[in-house]
Amino acid sequence: MTLTSYNHWDPSCSIEHLRARALLYAELRRFFLDRGVLEVETPLLGRFGVTDPAIHPFITHLNLPGHKDPETLYLQTSPEYAMKRLLASGSGSIYQICKAFRNEELGRHHNPEFTLLEWYRVDFDLMDLIEEVEALFSSLFETNPHWEAPQRFSYAEIFHQCLGLDPFKATIEELEASARNQGLLEAAALCSEDRSVWLDLLFSYYIQPKLGHNRLTSIYHYPAFMPSLARRSLDHPECVERVELFVAGVELGNGFFELSDPIEQRKRFEGDLEERERQGLPVHPIDDRLLSALETGLPDCSGIAIGLDRLLLLLTDQKALADILAFPMDRA
Amino acid sequence: MATVSTSDFKGGLKVMMDGDPYNILENEFVKPGKGQAFNRVKLRNLKTGRVIERTFKSGETMETADVVDTDMQYLYNDGEMWHFMVAETFEQYAADAAAVADAKKWLKEQDVCQVTLYNGVPIGVSPPNFVELKIVETDPGVRGDTSGGGGKPATLETGAVVRVPLFIQTEEVIKVDTRNGEYVSRVK
Repeated sequence: MTLTSYNHWDPSCSIEHLRARALLYAELRRFFLDRGVLEVETPLLGRFGVTDPAIHPFITHLNLPGHKDPETLYLQTSPEYAMKRLLASGSGSIYQICKAFRNEELGRHHNPEFTLLEWYRVDFDLMDLIEEVEALFSSLFETNPHWEAPQRFSYAEIFHQCLGLDPFKATIEELEASARNQGLLEAAALCSEDRSVWLDLLFSYYIQPKLGHNRLTSIYHYPAFMPSLARRSLDHPECVERVELFVAGVELGNGFFELSDPIEQRKRFEGDLEERERQGLPVHPIDDRLLSALETGLPDCSGIAIGLDRLLLLLTDQKALADILAFPMDRA
Repeated sequence: MATVSTSDFKGGLKVMMDGDPYNILENEFVKPGKGQAFNRVKLRNLKTGRVIERTFKSGETMETADVVDTDMQYLYNDGEMWHFMVAETFEQYAADAAAVADAKKWLKEQDVCQVTLYNGVPIGVSPPNFVELKIVETDPGVRGDTSGGGGKPATLETGAVVRVPLFIQTEEVIKVDTRNGEYVSRVK
């Protein structure tokens, strides 16, 4: 996209959608106030980025007068680490509505700068959290007469239902055959031998579009090789306690029963950095402050991040983020 | 030719793929929860007109195609080729039946069409959105019946057949929308 249309001074969304956003924020704040969840604020500009090889941060520099070497700072790709530091210091359940920034993401459902609702519930396991998310969505969508009761499927169930495959046991050849049967001939070239890329591709093409029609659909128990910051499931050791939310085929959020083991967390970070090196991506420092917080002790908690721009898109029945953002990237 | 990446893909961009020129129709950025990003792209093969879908890894690059759309005046058909001319330069181009395709039933001498050139050779022709053509044959309508319901077929000077209201007669000139092949109005 070229950023040269300077004549586009006016917002790309209507004033009505500005009001819808303000109303959404008011409803969210009321929801959490009623439940005794504390609103907090954490820095958007931090010393550490994320290690996740699929997330690319914006990098800037702190210049102090008289100092020769500017310090590298990262625009936060999510407030997760800072919020966990608050949880470890005894904040209790907290939430935040804030901006997050991710480089290299631009499309109908992606803007490099976007708004997140992130919340953590102390003493909630993943199913408790899903229940709260369902309550929130029921109240947000209550004016939609077609809105139906929420659905939950495990990752394995939904793969079986939509593709007749077991995502944990299927061989790469079987995954490839499934893609080929649906006419996706280039899949093998895209995914090669990487199982998680295969599952991601099949999921986003042949499962995701079917999820969440006039309802919230939660998919939980992701494979353990897609762990991110989730705790390994005790009952299903091949899975992690991670959930993703879908409405109208749009991915709206990602939540975890949070990993609190600092040693396991450091191992995952280091694994990420090795993968970054392998892919020739910049290697960012590990957030030692988060690890120190985990060492002090993160209470058992579950947390989730929901993309509010996408949520607003669905609440207002629009097609692209540009319809509900005042100034998307090409007008920023 | 220049190289473009998936981030530059947008409707109307012409790229080379598998040796053929393609026009990008849609480009959807797909990024699963926390994983590899893809671009799911719809493209039209400019030689065959076929629309296909293809997925790229985000950041992949392609060569642009040497494809340009040029306004040209339609001159004549010699029985095999359709001849066009760029009005400003008098440059002439001959398009074969595959390139002219469905446009041929709307081509009237002197009309300005959009001709798509690939490496300097016509591979597609778009007629003007509206053409004015004379009716060479249609059933005489019943006098006084102007209810319009249904209409009747009329053959135009180019051979195209369109439905017209009953009051329209042979030898009359009508305006037709070439995008849907529908009668628009009578031309006085």
